[in-house]
Amino acid sequence: MSADFLYGIEVIINGLMAGVLYALVALGFVLIYKASGIFNYAQGVMALFAALTLVGIMEGQVPFGHLINAIFGTDIHHFGWEVPALLAILLTVLVMGLFAFLVQKFVFRHLVGQEPIILFMATIGLAYFLEGVGDLMWGSDIKTLDLGLPQGGSLWVEDLTAKLGGDDFYGFFIDKLDMVAALVAAVLVTGLILFAQYTKQGRAMRAVADDHQAALSVGISLNFIWVLVWSLAGMVALVAGIMWGAKSGVQFSLSLIALKALPVLMLGGFTSIPGAIVGGLIIGVGEKLFEYTIGAPFLGGATENWFAYMLALLFLVFRPQGLFGERIIERV
Amino acid sequence: MKTSYEPYVTADGRKIGDAMMDMRNITLRFGGVEAIKDISFDIREGEIRAIIGPNGAGKSSMLNVISGFYNPQVGEVWFKGERRPPMKPYQVSRLGIARTFQNIALFEGMSVLDNIMTGRLRHMKAGLLKQAVWFGQAEKEETENREAVERIIDFLEIQAIRKTPVGRLPYGLKKRVELARALAAEPKLLLLDEPMAGMNVEEKEDMSRFILDVNDEFGTTIALIEHDMGVVMDLSDRVVVMDYGRKIGDGTPDEVRNNQDVIDAYLGVPHGEME
Repeated sequence: MSADFLYGIEVIINGLMAGVLYALVALGFVLIYKASGIFNYAQGVMALFAALTLVGIMEGQVPFGHLINAIFGTDIHHFGWEVPALLAILLTVLVMGLFAFLVQKFVFRHLVGQEPIILFMATIGLAYFLEGVGDLMWGSDIKTLDLGLPQGGSLWVEDLTAKLGGDDFYGFFIDKLDMVAALVAAVLVTGLILFAQYTKQGRAMRAVADDHQAALSVGISLNFIWVLVWSLAGMVALVAGIMWGAKSGVQFSLSLIALKALPVLMLGGFTSIPGAIVGGLIIGVGEKLFEYTIGAPFLGGATENWFAYMLALLFLVFRPQGLFGERIIERV
Repeated sequence: MKTSYEPYVTADGRKIGDAMMDMRNITLRFGGVEAIKDISFDIREGEIRAIIGPNGAGKSSMLNVISGFYNPQVGEVWFKGERRPPMKPYQVSRLGIARTFQNIALFEGMSVLDNIMTGRLRHMKAGLLKQAVWFGQAEKEETENREAVERIIDFLEIQAIRKTPVGRLPYGLKKRVELARALAAEPKLLLLDEPMAGMNVEEKEDMSRFILDVNDEFGTTIALIEHDMGVVMDLSDRVVVMDYGRKIGDGTPDEVRNNQDVIDAYLGVPHGEME
């Protein structure tokens, strides 16, 4: 096989890995949108906040340290202990659950039955509020997230695949972190699907996503389900935050990954979990492959910045409900 | 003011007990419109109680008050001898009051089986964590509830469509699935909002038979709204007649059909032509 062809395959594999992360972020959107019709602009900031909280807890940082010091004239920054990664992740999950509860209690409970645009505006407010809280709680400096996840290219894969090509091919370069991310995402998605299909709360969740009135009539508390869904979205955000944070540090630009999830949602549809996954993979592969075959040689590169949005635009024109979204049928 | 009833046994051997649901002086307003004006009536344990009246009479509103979808501005709702505070629909449902809707509210994207399983939610006690790890109790409960659901599927003769997504079913079957979901809750009181609307004669006969069987075999108390006078007169033990939000008649089918107010306001024809 020619080296060019093999490098193409490598591009596709790396695209798939990047797509997994897009899919994770998009999944958070889908969960909330399905259950409550809210397009949660704050999903990206939730990922940032979750990652900040995780790092803060692991390093034993005092929450609201700057605020406390400014008010009481103290000088405390750290508790002086370090929390093991697994425990810190559990604590962060609890924090995201608490966040879900507060959001439901103080914001969306009061907005039930409002226009989608109003709910959307509320999530924009929420996004900036959460960003501010994250800043106040954990400080605004860039943090490194070190969970001990493997990093760097996988020699094992390189050695194994080097034989495929001639002397000018050295094997596929695949980041270990990406492989971990793909694995974690697969486990998470499988878990979510099993939960939704086979448990009481999962069934209630699907029921609420389908018909609010009917759900009420069988004894499902909408508020409880919404808190549950926001918590799950928080957990998904945490996983996305960990993966992106481990890759490029926990910093405020992390919240912008939400924007990358938008084209994924256009492709996959806002209401489909498989859609979010496949959409993420298509965008991931598509933008890498486009850059490799057309972007870099002919267009001067950096097409990854806009390719996803162009693809989404094409989809909007020809298939507005996305690949797997519910068909839009207008009965007359 | 609450009247207590002597229990009795009907000609076909069903036991009718004391009042289970007692609505006292209910008034319901939407803005300036009074949908229900000072209505009192009760539903006795074990009976089939019909609510009839022309369109816009407030029948569905009354059912919505009982099931907690609306809270009346004036009046008291008594359930099983206790005054019920204002409640959310899901809380009412957990008391053992199940309902169906006039324009069918099913989970269209879910299978028939899953739809009916949602009716069992109030019988599933395992908490979120146990469910999440699928721990002993959760699995046992799922199996038990599946069995209960299968019995209802047999009872309503819908085995053939168990796995079909509800969205693909024809109207008559959807109505039956909705009844199945309500029954799955093993309710003490079953509220049916026009269970036979839009059905053909054959489907109506099936549905009538199911309603009678539910009442007879499970002893479920039933309150239903229906337009088809023949059906109402055949099915029900007692009938409430509403018109423009008021109660204009209350009694056995015979009493009601001979009540001059009812004939004037609602039937408009001598009852001989009605059947």
